[in-house]
Amino acid sequence: MPKLIVDGREVEVPAGATVMQACEMAGREIPRFCYHERLSIAGNCRMCLVEIEKSPKPVASCAMPAADGMVVHTMSEKTRRAREGVMEFLLINHPLDCPICDQGGECDLQDQALAYGRGTSRFEENKRAVAEKYMGPLIKTVMTRCIHCTRCVRFAEEVAGVEEIGALFRGENMQITSYLERAVASEISGNVIDLCPVGALTAKPYAFEARPWELRRTDGIDVMDAVGSNIVVGHRSGAVMRISPRLNDDVNEEWLADRSRFAADGLRERRLDRPWVRVAGRLQPASWAEAFAAIARAVAGVGKDRIAALAGPLAAVEEMVALKDLMTGLGSGRLECRLDGSAVAAPRAHYLFNTTLAGLETADLILLVGTNPRFDAPLVNTRIRKAVRGGRARLFNIGPAADLTVPVTELGDDLGLLADLPAALAGALGAAARPAMLVGSRNATAPVLEAAHAVADRFGLVRDGWNGFNILHDAASRVGALDIGFVHGGHLAGLFADPPAVLFLLGVDDLDLAPLAPAFRIYLGTHGDAGARAADVILPAAAYTEKPGTWVNMEGRVQRALRAVFPPGDAREDWTILRALADVLGIRLPYDTLDELRRRIASEWPHLGRDGLEPAEWAPFQGEGAGPPAGPARRPATSHYLVNPICRASPTMHACVREIEEGAGPALLEAAE
Amino acid sequence: MLADSDRIFTNLYGERDWGIEGAMARGDWRDTADLLALGPDRLIDIVKASGLRGRGGAGFPTGVKWGFMPKEPRPDRPSYLVINADESEPGTCKDREIIRHDPHKLLEGALLAGYAMRARACYIYIRGEFVREAERLEAAVRQAYDRGFLGAKACGTGYAYDVFVHRGAGAYICGEETALIESLEGKKGQPRLKPPFPAGVGLYGCPTTVNNVESIAVIPTIVRRGAEWFAGIGRPNNTGTKLFCISGHVERPCTVEEAMGISFRELVETHCGGIRGGWDNLLAVIPGGSSVPLVPAHEIIDAPMDFDGLRELKSGLGTAAVIVMDRSTDIVKAIARISYFYKHESCGQCTPCREGTGWMWRVMNRLVTGDAEPHEIDLLLDVAGQVEGHTICALGDAAAWPIQGLIRHFRPEIEARIARRRGFVQVPDTVPPLAAAAE
Repeated sequence: MPKLIVDGREVEVPAGATVMQACEMAGREIPRFCYHERLSIAGNCRMCLVEIEKSPKPVASCAMPAADGMVVHTMSEKTRRAREGVMEFLLINHPLDCPICDQGGECDLQDQALAYGRGTSRFEENKRAVAEKYMGPLIKTVMTRCIHCTRCVRFAEEVAGVEEIGALFRGENMQITSYLERAVASEISGNVIDLCPVGALTAKPYAFEARPWELRRTDGIDVMDAVGSNIVVGHRSGAVMRISPRLNDDVNEEWLADRSRFAADGLRERRLDRPWVRVAGRLQPASWAEAFAAIARAVAGVGKDRIAALAGPLAAVEEMVALKDLMTGLGSGRLECRLDGSAVAAPRAHYLFNTTLAGLETADLILLVGTNPRFDAPLVNTRIRKAVRGGRARLFNIGPAADLTVPVTELGDDLGLLADLPAALAGALGAAARPAMLVGSRNATAPVLEAAHAVADRFGLVRDGWNGFNILHDAASRVGALDIGFVHGGHLAGLFADPPAVLFLLGVDDLDLAPLAPAFRIYLGTHGDAGARAADVILPAAAYTEKPGTWVNMEGRVQRALRAVFPPGDAREDWTILRALADVLGIRLPYDTLDELRRRIASEWPHLGRDGLEPAEWAPFQGEGAGPPAGPARRPATSHYLVNPICRASPTMHACVREIEEGAGPALLEAAE
Repeated sequence: MLADSDRIFTNLYGERDWGIEGAMARGDWRDTADLLALGPDRLIDIVKASGLRGRGGAGFPTGVKWGFMPKEPRPDRPSYLVINADESEPGTCKDREIIRHDPHKLLEGALLAGYAMRARACYIYIRGEFVREAERLEAAVRQAYDRGFLGAKACGTGYAYDVFVHRGAGAYICGEETALIESLEGKKGQPRLKPPFPAGVGLYGCPTTVNNVESIAVIPTIVRRGAEWFAGIGRPNNTGTKLFCISGHVERPCTVEEAMGISFRELVETHCGGIRGGWDNLLAVIPGGSSVPLVPAHEIIDAPMDFDGLRELKSGLGTAAVIVMDRSTDIVKAIARISYFYKHESCGQCTPCREGTGWMWRVMNRLVTGDAEPHEIDLLLDVAGQVEGHTICALGDAAAWPIQGLIRHFRPEIEARIARRRGFVQVPDTVPPLAAAAE
């Protein structure tokens, strides 16, 4: 534990800490551009220079290990002059275009120039201009503003795992570029926008939309996958302008998947803003009363076991509980949330991501079964990358071969391998101290689960201080729905086998309902997507930014979002719609406010009343007798940019498909125009 | 003048056979196995006792540097010797002569040095422009392998040692030791942060020592003739012989081996036939390659040419590339050209050098014609001070020093140009003669 003296104050820092960390522990702010806690140390911006006694030159504090007896001066004349000098160099070739720069107001260069700069310019020569680079539909470049901190380069290489951003040329001609000027093929590329300390890389869809000081910020939870990334919703005048990540080391660190960040423009398109009722085969605009009356007519006289309800991937716990209560009132227990056909079921620990996201980093073996985490949950893949890159973990994959940005041992696309493990995998599993198995919920059918349980038992995946059995969900609502028992014994197949007459669809768009064609369909959702098109009654509801809601992520972490904006037009919060509908149907739901609803939830499921992660109690697996799994793994039906109605309504997500997945570069796009 | 018997490089001018036959006739590879038998620690002690300081410019004691290497390398982390033959410092052409005419001195030194630091292999990183030299070096390596001097059983001992020649692509910065390592690893040649130093984490993350060609090539002779012999030449702390590359306005520019601490006057009179136009015609000298500050005539003439002697003149020995400039030289333009070189060769990694070298060059260009404000001289000095010492590697310093030297010694000349350009005053065209300047 080295002891240093920083500006006359003695601090003791952990071994391995840098001088910069020591200075921060002493309460001193050290300006920096290139340094970032989650990236490797580059030491190239030189902004963090400090004076250390006995060192002839000022030292880059971000890279210098703190040593016993160092005497550091962060406020001395020498330090101040070094900072002023570096600041001046950064500014001489930086354009003075802050009034038209989207970074304005949240720009490190602006802030630090104010705090540590000289205040006047002495540079009389011409400024450098750099040609723009094409980096795809998400990242707008103004490379003249670039200060060459290489944060984006290091992020692409170290975190995203795509070596597609780098520096060309040298000296003052050095340019950050995507080399071949192709879209950066990463599912988390948008994070370079946050990382860029200046306005060189900004959000293309958000260009010139709003200024940071105009935005109101509301904490939210992302629903594009089951990671439950913590987000900040930036909104102005009732419209969501942008979504950015919120720091949470246990969940998303400070990253955000591209679809979580950029699908927000889908919240403004194709919205359902009034009820609709199908009359004579055509959907007609209706009032709430007409819509409820139509539902009441359809429900009347139908046997109670002929009514069913499905919960879609984006639903919050509140509306699912309200729907369940409504169904209970109607006398039906035919509820289902496992729309991907999985057979996961209670006890709770059997459908959670038990290793936890942060814990996955410490695994020494990771086995993927029927999932591509890069697309099912991009921020799980960054954890896998960390585990593998540290040189600790080996990665095996049963399922379609995939580029996971790390070396992976492909065992083949045959789920039968899970019951008949290849020797290499069995040996590695036997030797691993912290093995983790990730079963994609899409492929978690009864036979696969049974085989997975057998593997977990055989190799002791659940052991003292370690639980390596994980279901990797891809729907934000799923764990919450399973927690409240939004399931019935026959799974989805049972529902199809005995077609219901009335079907409540809580945001269900990605399920082929053709076998249930005769049923009267009540669609509660936000977008004019597949579910709405096939519905008999459409009840317009609130999207995830428009309601206070509870979501449970794949780990079982209970997280709450606040309402950022109001839903459009006549659309209402989902649970209030169900509460009003229940009245029309003659059922009394025992809550009139959100607080009362939440108290009702907490009384039956206490863990849902508390924020955060509570470990689920482990229970041994029971034999099911489902037989061995076989055949190739199910793949996702759509591009990962188009997983839900919000994404599909987003012009940006379609641009991603065109330019990133289909590889239409700038030349092709120009030709198309 | 250095006695012929004390010369290490006996074929510096290529008058004899460079190949292994000629080299062995001159004594190379003669009893290398016996020298290896001294053992690594003894070899390091000899080099330490000889007082040899690195010949690449910084002048760090070579034996001490070797002592930083691990005594017992782990099998998964072998030690490496890297020889820096990326000789790109303007004015310097000593390593080139060694490789052209005496490559076996280098290879034998590589073996002894590698053995002393317990290295598994040696990489010689040769400047990309040295095409023929690289061919010759590779031929020499082949000859040494054929004779069994290098390879699995080097010189018949049990020591396995390989030598690889790697050609650079022509970047000055790749002569910086950590940039060289990066380049050798196949990456963009950009210096690394230190610490960690290469002796801890170097090539491929393994312990590495980077030495200059000349430092390594003198090793066999030092070991054969003894540390006392080498230490007896030159001055204390500045021992041994050194290759001087004298270029510019002397009668006969040459590369010559001389004792450290020889006076500039003796060096030029003895080997170069004097200054062009006589000693009164001398204007200034850059004594150690383009990166050290120039020294005006009256200060350098009787100064000892070694590390400490030139440091007292606020300059440095550098690579001992002595660039002599007489009174026909446009000294401002000369330094502006050096500024361009550093602007061109800056790698662009860290801010002060990337932005500062271009700024300094542009101001220098205007100073050449006097198209500037008088206060810009101080501005330039300040900017140079903001670059110096604030960069990752020494290229920032190297870009700043020549300008600082120029302003320190020739400020009146720059001011005169600005004044002339403005037409305000009558200013004499030439710098005052030597005698006047000395007063």
